[in-house]
Amino acid sequence: MKLLNYIQTILIGIYRLLQGMYITMLNFIRPKVTEQYPENRGKVFPHERMRGALTMPHNEDNQHKCTACSICMMNCPNGTIQVITKQEVDETTGKEKKVLDRYLYDIGSCTFCAICTLSCPQNAIEWSIDFEHAVFTRAKLNLQLNKEGSSLIKKEKITKE
Amino acid sequence: MFDFSIVTAWIDHFLRTYLDEGWALLVEFVLVGLVILTVYAVLALLLIYIERKICAFFQCRIGPNRVGPWGVFQSVADMVKILLKEIIKIDRADPLLFRIASFLVIIASICTFGAIPFDPALHAVNFNMGVFYLLAVSSLGVIGILLAGWSSNNKYTMIGAMRSGAQLISYELSCGLSLMSIVVLAGSMQLSEIVNQQAEMWFIFKGHIPACIAFLIYLIAGHAETNRGPFDLPEAESELTAGYHTEYSGIQFGFFYLAEYLNMFIIAAIASTMFLGGWMPLHIVGWEAFNGVMDMIPPVVWFFGKTFFCVFLALWIRWSFPRLRIDQLLSLEWKVLMPLALINILFMALCVM
Repeated sequence: MKLLNYIQTILIGIYRLLQGMYITMLNFIRPKVTEQYPENRGKVFPHERMRGALTMPHNEDNQHKCTACSICMMNCPNGTIQVITKQEVDETTGKEKKVLDRYLYDIGSCTFCAICTLSCPQNAIEWSIDFEHAVFTRAKLNLQLNKEGSSLIKKEKITKE
Repeated sequence: MFDFSIVTAWIDHFLRTYLDEGWALLVEFVLVGLVILTVYAVLALLLIYIERKICAFFQCRIGPNRVGPWGVFQSVADMVKILLKEIIKIDRADPLLFRIASFLVIIASICTFGAIPFDPALHAVNFNMGVFYLLAVSSLGVIGILLAGWSSNNKYTMIGAMRSGAQLISYELSCGLSLMSIVVLAGSMQLSEIVNQQAEMWFIFKGHIPACIAFLIYLIAGHAETNRGPFDLPEAESELTAGYHTEYSGIQFGFFYLAEYLNMFIIAAIASTMFLGGWMPLHIVGWEAFNGVMDMIPPVVWFFGKTFFCVFLALWIRWSFPRLRIDQLLSLEWKVLMPLALINILFMALCVM
Protein backbone atom coordinates (compact mmCIF):
# COMPACT_ATOMS: atom_id res chain seq x y z
CA MET A 1 0.00 0.00 0.00
CA LYS A 2 2.79 2.34 0.93
CA LEU A 3 4.61 1.63 -2.34
CA LEU A 4 1.42 2.24 -4.28
CA ASN A 5 0.98 5.56 -2.50
CA TYR A 6 4.57 6.47 -3.33
CA ILE A 7 4.11 5.77 -7.04
CA GLN A 8 0.77 7.57 -7.05
CA THR A 9 2.38 10.67 -5.50
CA ILE A 10 5.07 10.68 -8.18
CA LEU A 11 2.55 10.34 -11.00
CA ILE A 12 0.30 13.06 -9.60
CA GLY A 13 3.35 15.26 -9.19
CA ILE A 14 4.36 14.76 -12.82
CA TYR A 15 0.79 15.50 -13.93
CA ARG A 16 0.74 18.76 -11.96
CA LEU A 17 4.12 19.79 -13.36
CA LEU A 18 2.87 19.13 -16.90
CA GLN A 19 -0.15 21.31 -16.17
CA GLY A 20 2.19 24.15 -15.21
CA MET A 21 4.28 23.65 -18.31
CA TYR A 22 1.13 23.71 -20.43
CA ILE A 23 0.24 27.12 -19.00
CA THR A 24 3.70 28.54 -19.69
CA MET A 25 3.62 27.13 -23.21
CA LEU A 26 0.35 28.95 -23.82
CA ASN A 27 2.11 32.13 -22.73
CA PHE A 28 5.06 31.32 -24.97
CA ILE A 29 2.96 31.21 -28.12
CA ARG A 30 0.69 34.10 -27.14
CA PRO A 31 1.16 37.36 -29.06
CA LYS A 32 3.50 39.65 -27.15
CA VAL A 33 2.13 42.73 -25.44
CA THR A 34 5.32 44.81 -25.39
CA GLU A 35 5.03 48.27 -27.00
CA GLN A 36 8.24 49.36 -28.69
CA TYR A 37 8.16 53.04 -27.86
CA PRO A 38 10.13 55.11 -30.33
CA GLU A 39 8.88 52.98 -33.24
CA ASN A 40 5.22 53.25 -32.31
CA ARG A 41 5.47 56.95 -31.48
CA GLY A 42 2.22 58.67 -32.34
CA LYS A 43 0.41 55.39 -33.02
CA VAL A 44 -0.30 54.24 -29.48
CA PHE A 45 -1.59 56.66 -26.87
CA PRO A 46 -1.76 56.28 -23.12
CA HIS A 47 -5.10 56.06 -21.43
CA GLU A 48 -7.27 59.15 -21.84
CA ARG A 49 -7.35 59.70 -18.06
CA MET A 50 -3.55 59.90 -17.91
CA ARG A 51 -2.24 63.07 -16.25
CA GLY A 52 0.41 64.07 -18.72
CA ALA A 53 0.56 67.83 -18.41
CA LEU A 54 -1.73 70.61 -17.24
CA THR A 55 -3.33 72.50 -20.09
CA MET A 56 -5.80 75.31 -20.48
CA PRO A 57 -8.11 74.70 -23.43
CA HIS A 58 -8.79 77.70 -25.66
CA ASN A 59 -11.63 77.97 -28.14
CA GLU A 60 -11.24 79.18 -31.72
CA ASP A 61 -11.60 82.83 -30.68
CA ASN A 62 -8.57 82.46 -28.38
CA GLN A 63 -10.75 82.53 -25.30
CA HIS A 64 -10.41 80.47 -22.12
CA LYS A 65 -12.63 79.86 -19.11
CA CYS A 66 -10.23 81.00 -16.38
CA THR A 67 -11.62 83.77 -14.20
CA ALA A 68 -8.30 84.16 -12.31
CA CYS A 69 -9.90 83.18 -9.00
CA SER A 70 -6.54 81.64 -7.90
CA ILE A 71 -8.15 78.67 -6.14
CA CYS A 72 -5.86 76.33 -8.04
CA MET A 73 -2.83 78.36 -6.94
CA MET A 74 -3.95 78.20 -3.29
CA ASN A 75 -4.71 74.48 -3.47
CA CYS A 76 -1.46 73.50 -5.17
CA PRO A 77 0.71 71.70 -2.59
CA ASN A 78 3.99 72.55 -4.33
CA GLY A 79 3.48 76.09 -5.47
CA THR A 80 3.60 74.87 -9.02
CA ILE A 81 0.90 77.18 -10.28
CA GLN A 82 1.18 80.95 -10.30
CA VAL A 83 -1.81 83.01 -11.38
CA ILE A 84 -0.80 86.57 -12.22
CA THR A 85 -3.73 88.94 -12.56
CA LYS A 86 -4.33 92.42 -13.81
CA GLN A 87 -7.15 94.98 -13.49
CA GLU A 88 -9.18 95.66 -16.58
CA VAL A 89 -12.26 97.77 -17.25
CA ASP A 90 -15.27 95.70 -18.23
CA GLU A 91 -16.90 97.00 -21.42
CA THR A 92 -20.53 96.30 -20.52
CA THR A 93 -20.58 97.44 -16.89
CA GLY A 94 -17.74 99.94 -17.00
CA LYS A 95 -16.34 98.64 -13.72
CA GLU A 96 -12.78 97.56 -13.03
CA LYS A 97 -12.45 93.80 -12.90
CA LYS A 98 -9.68 91.29 -12.12
CA VAL A 99 -8.70 89.25 -15.19
CA LEU A 100 -6.00 86.71 -15.94
CA ASP A 101 -2.71 88.09 -17.12
CA ARG A 102 -0.41 85.09 -17.08
CA TYR A 103 -1.05 81.52 -15.89
CA LEU A 104 2.40 80.10 -15.04
CA TYR A 105 2.84 76.38 -14.57
CA ASP A 106 6.18 74.84 -13.54
CA ILE A 107 5.94 71.22 -14.69
CA GLY A 108 9.25 70.48 -13.02
CA SER A 109 7.75 70.74 -9.54
CA CYS A 110 4.32 69.31 -10.39
CA THR A 111 3.42 65.99 -8.75
CA PHE A 112 0.36 65.48 -10.97
CA CYS A 113 -1.92 65.21 -7.94
CA ALA A 114 -4.78 66.82 -9.90
CA ILE A 115 -6.05 68.93 -6.98
CA CYS A 116 -5.98 71.98 -9.26
CA THR A 117 -8.31 70.48 -11.85
CA LEU A 118 -10.60 69.09 -9.14
CA SER A 119 -10.92 72.42 -7.37
CA CYS A 120 -11.31 74.61 -10.43
CA PRO A 121 -14.89 76.01 -10.31
CA GLN A 122 -14.89 76.88 -14.02
CA ASN A 123 -13.23 73.69 -15.37
CA ALA A 124 -10.76 76.00 -17.04
CA ILE A 125 -7.78 73.67 -16.76
CA GLU A 126 -7.52 70.01 -17.63
CA TRP A 127 -4.99 67.25 -18.16
CA SER A 128 -3.57 66.29 -21.52
CA ILE A 129 -2.10 62.87 -22.29
CA ASP A 130 1.08 64.39 -23.71
CA PHE A 131 3.94 62.67 -21.87
CA GLU A 132 7.16 63.57 -23.70
CA HIS A 133 8.43 66.22 -21.33
CA ALA A 134 12.20 65.82 -21.66
CA VAL A 135 14.00 69.13 -22.24
CA PHE A 136 17.59 70.25 -21.90
CA THR A 137 17.27 73.15 -19.46
CA ARG A 138 15.28 73.74 -16.32
CA ALA A 139 13.88 77.00 -17.69
CA LYS A 140 12.02 75.18 -20.45
CA LEU A 141 9.88 73.48 -17.82
CA ASN A 142 8.26 76.79 -16.86
CA LEU A 143 5.22 76.95 -19.06
CA GLN A 144 2.64 79.65 -19.62
CA LEU A 145 -0.72 78.01 -20.10
CA ASN A 146 -2.80 80.90 -21.42
CA LYS A 147 -1.97 82.00 -24.92
CA GLU A 148 -0.91 85.52 -25.84
CA GLY A 149 -3.82 87.94 -26.06
CA SER A 150 -6.38 85.43 -24.83
CA SER A 151 -9.41 86.51 -22.88
CA LEU A 152 -12.26 85.13 -20.79
CA ILE A 153 -15.22 83.56 -22.54
CA LYS A 154 -18.16 85.94 -22.22
CA LYS A 155 -21.03 84.30 -20.42
CA GLU A 156 -24.53 85.21 -21.45
CA LYS A 157 -25.99 85.75 -18.02
CA ILE A 158 -29.30 87.08 -19.31
CA THR A 159 -30.37 83.76 -20.82
CA LYS A 160 -29.77 82.00 -17.54
CA GLU A 161 -31.76 84.25 -15.26
CA MET B 1 25.43 13.59 -46.60
CA PHE B 2 28.01 16.16 -45.61
CA ASP B 3 30.17 15.57 -42.58
CA PHE B 4 33.33 17.17 -41.35
CA SER B 5 35.56 14.18 -42.11
CA ILE B 6 36.24 15.77 -45.52
CA VAL B 7 37.49 18.98 -43.86
CA THR B 8 39.53 17.24 -41.16
CA ALA B 9 41.05 14.75 -43.61
CA TRP B 10 42.05 17.60 -45.92
CA ILE B 11 43.70 19.54 -43.06
CA ASP B 12 45.49 16.38 -41.90
CA HIS B 13 46.75 15.67 -45.43
CA PHE B 14 47.80 19.30 -45.93
CA LEU B 15 49.81 19.38 -42.69
CA ARG B 16 51.46 16.03 -43.31
CA THR B 17 52.67 17.05 -46.76
CA TYR B 18 54.53 20.06 -45.34
CA LEU B 19 55.55 18.88 -41.84
CA ASP B 20 56.98 15.83 -40.08
CA GLU B 21 54.70 13.38 -38.32
CA GLY B 22 55.29 14.86 -34.84
CA TRP B 23 55.01 18.51 -35.85
CA ALA B 24 51.85 17.83 -37.81
CA LEU B 25 50.32 16.20 -34.75
CA LEU B 26 51.35 19.13 -32.58
CA VAL B 27 49.79 21.64 -34.97
CA GLU B 28 46.65 19.53 -35.08
CA PHE B 29 46.44 19.43 -31.29
CA VAL B 30 46.76 23.20 -31.12
CA LEU B 31 44.16 23.63 -33.85
CA VAL B 32 41.71 21.32 -32.11
CA GLY B 33 42.18 23.20 -28.84
CA LEU B 34 41.64 26.55 -30.54
CA VAL B 35 38.55 25.34 -32.36
CA ILE B 36 37.08 23.94 -29.13
CA LEU B 37 37.72 27.20 -27.27
CA THR B 38 36.23 29.27 -30.10
CA VAL B 39 33.15 27.10 -30.44
CA TYR B 40 32.80 27.20 -26.65
CA ALA B 41 32.81 31.00 -26.57
CA VAL B 42 30.53 31.41 -29.60
CA LEU B 43 28.06 28.88 -28.25
CA ALA B 44 28.02 30.70 -24.93
CA LEU B 45 27.10 33.96 -26.69
CA LEU B 46 24.43 32.17 -28.70
CA LEU B 47 23.02 30.46 -25.62
CA ILE B 48 22.86 33.70 -23.66
CA TYR B 49 20.92 35.30 -26.50
CA ILE B 50 18.61 32.28 -26.81
CA GLU B 51 18.04 32.18 -23.07
CA ARG B 52 17.14 35.84 -22.88
CA LYS B 53 14.87 35.66 -25.90
CA ILE B 54 13.05 32.52 -24.78
CA CYS B 55 12.75 33.79 -21.22
CA ALA B 56 11.19 36.95 -22.61
CA PHE B 57 8.76 34.97 -24.72
CA PHE B 58 7.64 32.94 -21.73
CA GLN B 59 6.94 36.20 -19.91
CA CYS B 60 5.09 37.73 -22.88
CA ARG B 61 7.89 40.18 -23.62
CA ILE B 62 9.96 40.64 -26.77
CA GLY B 63 13.37 40.47 -25.16
CA PRO B 64 16.57 42.07 -26.47
CA ASN B 65 15.67 43.96 -29.63
CA ARG B 66 17.93 47.03 -29.84
CA VAL B 67 21.45 45.82 -30.70
CA GLY B 68 21.34 44.61 -34.28
CA PRO B 69 18.33 43.04 -35.98
CA TRP B 70 16.14 41.34 -33.32
CA GLY B 71 18.90 42.11 -30.84
CA VAL B 72 21.22 39.37 -32.07
CA PHE B 73 24.35 41.30 -31.09
CA GLN B 74 23.14 41.89 -27.53
CA SER B 75 25.32 39.17 -26.04
CA VAL B 76 28.34 40.42 -28.01
CA ALA B 77 27.82 43.84 -26.45
CA ASP B 78 27.50 42.20 -23.04
CA MET B 79 30.74 40.32 -23.65
CA VAL B 80 32.58 43.53 -24.51
CA LYS B 81 31.18 45.12 -21.35
CA ILE B 82 32.27 42.22 -19.16
CA LEU B 83 35.77 42.22 -20.69
CA LEU B 84 36.19 45.92 -19.96
CA LYS B 85 35.20 45.63 -16.31
CA GLU B 86 37.68 45.83 -13.48
CA ILE B 87 38.65 42.71 -11.54
CA ILE B 88 38.10 43.85 -7.97
CA LYS B 89 40.52 42.68 -5.30
CA ILE B 90 38.45 41.40 -2.38
CA ASP B 91 39.64 42.47 1.05
CA ARG B 92 40.86 39.51 3.18
CA ALA B 93 39.88 36.99 0.51
CA ASP B 94 42.23 34.09 -0.10
CA PRO B 95 43.94 35.47 -3.23
CA LEU B 96 45.20 32.23 -4.77
CA LEU B 97 42.06 30.15 -4.28
CA PHE B 98 39.90 33.11 -5.27
CA ARG B 99 41.78 33.39 -8.57
CA ILE B 100 41.91 29.71 -9.49
CA ALA B 101 38.31 28.87 -8.54
CA SER B 102 36.84 30.42 -11.68
CA PHE B 103 39.46 28.67 -13.81
CA LEU B 104 38.63 25.30 -12.24
CA VAL B 105 34.97 25.75 -13.07
CA ILE B 106 35.58 26.68 -16.68
CA ILE B 107 38.31 24.06 -17.21
CA ALA B 108 35.95 21.31 -16.03
CA SER B 109 33.32 22.65 -18.39
CA ILE B 110 35.70 22.84 -21.39
CA CYS B 111 37.07 19.33 -20.74
CA THR B 112 33.55 17.96 -20.83
CA PHE B 113 32.78 20.01 -23.91
CA GLY B 114 35.71 18.45 -25.77
CA ALA B 115 34.37 14.93 -25.30
CA ILE B 116 31.04 15.59 -26.99
CA PRO B 117 30.62 14.00 -30.45
CA PHE B 118 29.33 16.83 -32.65
CA ASP B 119 29.82 14.90 -35.85
CA PRO B 120 31.41 11.59 -36.92
CA ALA B 121 34.64 13.52 -37.47
CA LEU B 122 34.30 16.28 -34.88
CA HIS B 123 35.00 14.30 -31.77
CA ALA B 124 38.11 15.49 -29.97
CA VAL B 125 38.25 13.15 -26.97
CA ASN B 126 37.03 9.62 -27.74
CA PHE B 127 38.06 7.25 -24.95
CA ASN B 128 36.73 3.74 -24.61
CA MET B 129 35.25 4.90 -21.28
CA GLY B 130 33.86 8.17 -22.58
CA VAL B 131 30.74 8.25 -20.39
CA PHE B 132 32.85 7.72 -17.31
CA TYR B 133 35.17 10.52 -18.43
CA LEU B 134 32.21 12.86 -18.97
CA LEU B 135 30.84 12.21 -15.49
CA ALA B 136 34.24 12.46 -13.84
CA VAL B 137 35.28 15.70 -15.52
CA SER B 138 31.94 17.44 -15.24
CA SER B 139 31.87 16.80 -11.49
CA LEU B 140 35.23 18.58 -11.11
CA GLY B 141 33.39 21.87 -11.43
CA VAL B 142 31.99 21.51 -7.92
CA ILE B 143 35.51 21.93 -6.52
CA GLY B 144 35.75 25.30 -8.23
CA ILE B 145 32.35 26.31 -6.88
CA LEU B 146 33.23 25.27 -3.32
CA LEU B 147 36.59 27.08 -3.53
CA ALA B 148 34.91 30.20 -4.88
CA GLY B 149 32.44 30.23 -2.03
CA TRP B 150 35.08 29.51 0.59
CA SER B 151 37.73 31.95 -0.55
CA SER B 152 35.48 34.97 -1.10
CA ASN B 153 35.26 35.77 2.63
CA ASN B 154 31.52 36.28 2.46
CA LYS B 155 28.61 34.56 4.17
CA TYR B 156 26.44 34.52 1.06
CA THR B 157 29.05 32.88 -1.09
CA MET B 158 29.79 30.35 1.63
CA ILE B 159 26.15 29.31 2.01
CA GLY B 160 25.71 29.27 -1.75
CA ALA B 161 28.75 27.08 -2.24
CA MET B 162 27.68 24.67 0.49
CA ARG B 163 24.22 24.35 -1.01
CA SER B 164 25.75 23.91 -4.43
CA GLY B 165 28.08 21.20 -3.13
CA ALA B 166 25.23 19.28 -1.51
CA GLN B 167 23.10 19.64 -4.58
CA LEU B 168 25.71 18.77 -7.19
CA ILE B 169 27.11 15.77 -5.35
CA SER B 170 23.70 14.25 -4.67
CA TYR B 171 22.30 14.86 -8.15
CA GLU B 172 25.49 13.52 -9.69
CA LEU B 173 24.36 10.11 -8.43
CA SER B 174 21.05 9.84 -10.24
CA CYS B 175 22.60 11.55 -13.26
CA GLY B 176 25.28 8.87 -13.43
CA LEU B 177 22.87 6.03 -12.69
CA SER B 178 20.49 7.06 -15.46
CA LEU B 179 23.42 7.21 -17.90
CA MET B 180 24.53 3.81 -16.64
CA SER B 181 21.23 2.28 -17.71
CA ILE B 182 21.99 3.44 -21.26
CA VAL B 183 25.49 2.02 -20.94
CA VAL B 184 23.88 -1.29 -19.96
CA LEU B 185 21.73 -1.10 -23.07
CA ALA B 186 24.62 -0.17 -25.36
CA GLY B 187 27.16 -2.49 -23.78
CA SER B 188 29.83 0.15 -24.28
CA MET B 189 31.06 3.33 -22.65
CA GLN B 190 32.62 4.76 -25.78
CA LEU B 191 30.55 7.68 -27.02
CA SER B 192 31.20 7.03 -30.73
CA GLU B 193 30.19 3.39 -30.24
CA ILE B 194 27.04 4.44 -28.39
CA VAL B 195 26.08 6.80 -31.21
CA ASN B 196 26.80 4.18 -33.87
CA GLN B 197 24.59 1.67 -32.11
CA GLN B 198 21.68 4.08 -32.48
CA ALA B 199 21.84 3.93 -36.27
CA GLU B 200 18.78 1.71 -36.51
CA MET B 201 16.81 3.22 -33.69
CA TRP B 202 17.49 5.82 -31.03
CA PHE B 203 17.99 4.46 -27.54
CA ILE B 204 14.94 6.23 -26.18
CA PHE B 205 12.81 4.10 -28.55
CA LYS B 206 15.00 1.01 -28.42
CA GLY B 207 15.08 0.87 -24.63
CA HIS B 208 11.31 0.97 -24.19
CA ILE B 209 10.08 2.26 -20.83
CA PRO B 210 13.36 2.03 -18.87
CA ALA B 211 15.04 4.33 -21.40
CA CYS B 212 12.19 6.84 -21.17
CA ILE B 213 12.40 6.83 -17.37
CA ALA B 214 16.18 7.20 -17.56
CA PHE B 215 15.77 10.11 -19.97
CA LEU B 216 13.35 11.83 -17.61
CA ILE B 217 15.60 11.26 -14.59
CA TYR B 218 18.61 12.46 -16.53
CA LEU B 219 16.81 15.64 -17.62
CA ILE B 220 15.77 16.46 -14.05
CA ALA B 221 19.10 15.57 -12.45
CA GLY B 222 21.12 17.22 -15.20
CA HIS B 223 19.01 20.33 -14.91
CA ALA B 224 19.72 20.38 -11.18
CA GLU B 225 23.43 20.03 -11.89
CA THR B 226 23.46 23.22 -13.93
CA ASN B 227 22.26 25.20 -10.87
CA ARG B 228 19.37 26.64 -12.80
CA GLY B 229 15.65 26.74 -12.89
CA PRO B 230 13.73 25.42 -9.93
CA PHE B 231 17.02 24.12 -8.56
CA ASP B 232 18.84 27.48 -8.40
CA LEU B 233 19.29 27.45 -4.63
CA PRO B 234 23.07 27.99 -4.84
CA GLU B 235 22.55 31.37 -6.48
CA ALA B 236 19.09 32.22 -5.24
CA GLU B 237 19.02 35.95 -5.90
CA SER B 238 16.43 36.77 -3.30
CA GLU B 239 18.29 34.95 -0.54
CA LEU B 240 21.99 34.96 -1.37
CA THR B 241 22.55 37.91 -3.75
CA ALA B 242 24.27 35.77 -6.37
CA GLY B 243 25.44 32.75 -4.38
CA TYR B 244 28.98 31.55 -4.81
CA HIS B 245 29.96 34.14 -7.41
CA THR B 246 28.76 37.20 -5.49
CA GLU B 247 32.26 38.62 -5.05
CA TYR B 248 33.49 38.02 -8.58
CA SER B 249 33.67 40.72 -11.20
CA GLY B 250 34.87 41.26 -14.72
CA ILE B 251 36.12 38.30 -16.70
CA GLN B 252 36.24 36.07 -13.63
CA PHE B 253 32.50 36.46 -13.25
CA GLY B 254 32.34 35.94 -16.99
CA PHE B 255 33.96 32.53 -16.56
CA PHE B 256 31.27 31.45 -14.11
CA TYR B 257 28.59 32.83 -16.39
CA LEU B 258 30.04 31.08 -19.43
CA ALA B 259 30.42 27.81 -17.55
CA GLU B 260 26.82 27.99 -16.35
CA TYR B 261 25.43 28.40 -19.85
CA LEU B 262 27.78 25.86 -21.39
CA ASN B 263 26.94 23.34 -18.67
CA MET B 264 23.34 23.68 -19.75
CA PHE B 265 24.43 22.99 -23.32
CA ILE B 266 26.66 20.08 -22.26
CA ILE B 267 23.88 18.44 -20.26
CA ALA B 268 21.57 18.81 -23.26
CA ALA B 269 24.27 17.48 -25.59
CA ILE B 270 24.89 14.42 -23.41
CA ALA B 271 21.14 13.82 -23.22
CA SER B 272 20.86 13.99 -26.99
CA THR B 273 23.94 11.79 -27.49
CA MET B 274 22.91 9.08 -25.07
CA PHE B 275 19.16 9.02 -25.60
CA LEU B 276 18.30 10.79 -28.86
CA GLY B 277 21.04 9.41 -31.05
CA GLY B 278 23.54 12.28 -31.09
CA TRP B 279 24.44 13.15 -34.67
CA MET B 280 22.67 10.03 -35.94
CA PRO B 281 19.70 10.84 -38.20
CA LEU B 282 16.25 9.46 -37.45
CA HIS B 283 16.03 6.01 -39.00
CA ILE B 284 13.06 3.72 -39.08
CA VAL B 285 13.72 0.09 -39.98
CA GLY B 286 12.13 -0.82 -43.31
CA TRP B 287 11.42 2.70 -44.51
CA GLU B 288 14.37 3.00 -46.93
CA ALA B 289 13.17 6.15 -48.74
CA PHE B 290 12.50 7.93 -45.45
CA ASN B 291 15.94 6.94 -44.14
CA GLY B 292 17.51 8.23 -47.36
CA VAL B 293 15.82 11.62 -46.96
CA MET B 294 16.91 11.79 -43.30
CA ASP B 295 20.49 10.99 -44.32
CA MET B 296 20.53 14.07 -46.58
CA ILE B 297 20.51 16.32 -43.49
CA PRO B 298 24.08 16.76 -42.21
CA PRO B 299 24.89 15.13 -38.84
CA VAL B 300 25.88 18.50 -37.32
CA VAL B 301 22.39 19.81 -37.96
CA TRP B 302 20.90 16.70 -36.34
CA PHE B 303 23.16 17.07 -33.33
CA PHE B 304 22.46 20.74 -32.78
CA GLY B 305 18.77 20.30 -33.48
CA LYS B 306 18.40 17.65 -30.79
CA THR B 307 20.63 19.54 -28.37
CA PHE B 308 18.75 22.79 -28.73
CA PHE B 309 15.50 20.88 -28.31
CA CYS B 310 16.84 19.68 -24.94
CA VAL B 311 18.05 23.21 -24.15
CA PHE B 312 14.56 24.47 -24.87
CA LEU B 313 13.12 21.86 -22.52
CA ALA B 314 15.51 23.05 -19.81
CA LEU B 315 14.51 26.68 -20.38
CA TRP B 316 10.85 25.77 -20.41
CA ILE B 317 11.22 24.08 -17.03
CA ARG B 318 13.32 26.92 -15.71
CA TRP B 319 10.75 29.57 -16.49
CA SER B 320 7.76 27.49 -15.38
CA PHE B 321 8.45 26.44 -11.82
CA PRO B 322 9.24 28.23 -8.58
CA ARG B 323 12.38 27.48 -6.59
CA LEU B 324 12.50 24.41 -4.33
CA ARG B 325 13.39 24.53 -0.67
CA ILE B 326 16.66 22.83 0.26
CA ASP B 327 14.98 19.93 2.09
CA GLN B 328 12.54 19.43 -0.79
CA LEU B 329 15.46 19.46 -3.17
CA LEU B 330 17.36 16.78 -1.29
CA SER B 331 14.31 14.61 -0.61
CA LEU B 332 13.46 14.74 -4.32
CA GLU B 333 16.89 13.35 -5.06
CA TRP B 334 17.29 10.77 -2.29
CA LYS B 335 13.69 9.61 -2.00
CA VAL B 336 12.50 9.77 -5.59
CA LEU B 337 15.15 10.04 -8.28
CA MET B 338 17.85 7.78 -6.88
CA PRO B 339 15.61 4.79 -5.99
CA LEU B 340 13.89 5.16 -9.35
CA ALA B 341 17.22 5.23 -11.16
CA LEU B 342 18.46 2.16 -9.31
CA ILE B 343 15.30 0.18 -10.05
CA ASN B 344 15.48 1.44 -13.60
CA ILE B 345 18.95 -0.03 -14.10
CA LEU B 346 17.62 -3.36 -12.89
CA PHE B 347 14.72 -3.19 -15.35
CA MET B 348 17.10 -2.21 -18.14
CA ALA B 349 19.35 -5.15 -17.34
CA LEU B 350 16.33 -7.47 -17.45
CA CYS B 351 15.26 -5.96 -20.78
CA VAL B 352 18.73 -6.44 -22.25
CA MET B 353 18.87 -10.03 -21.05
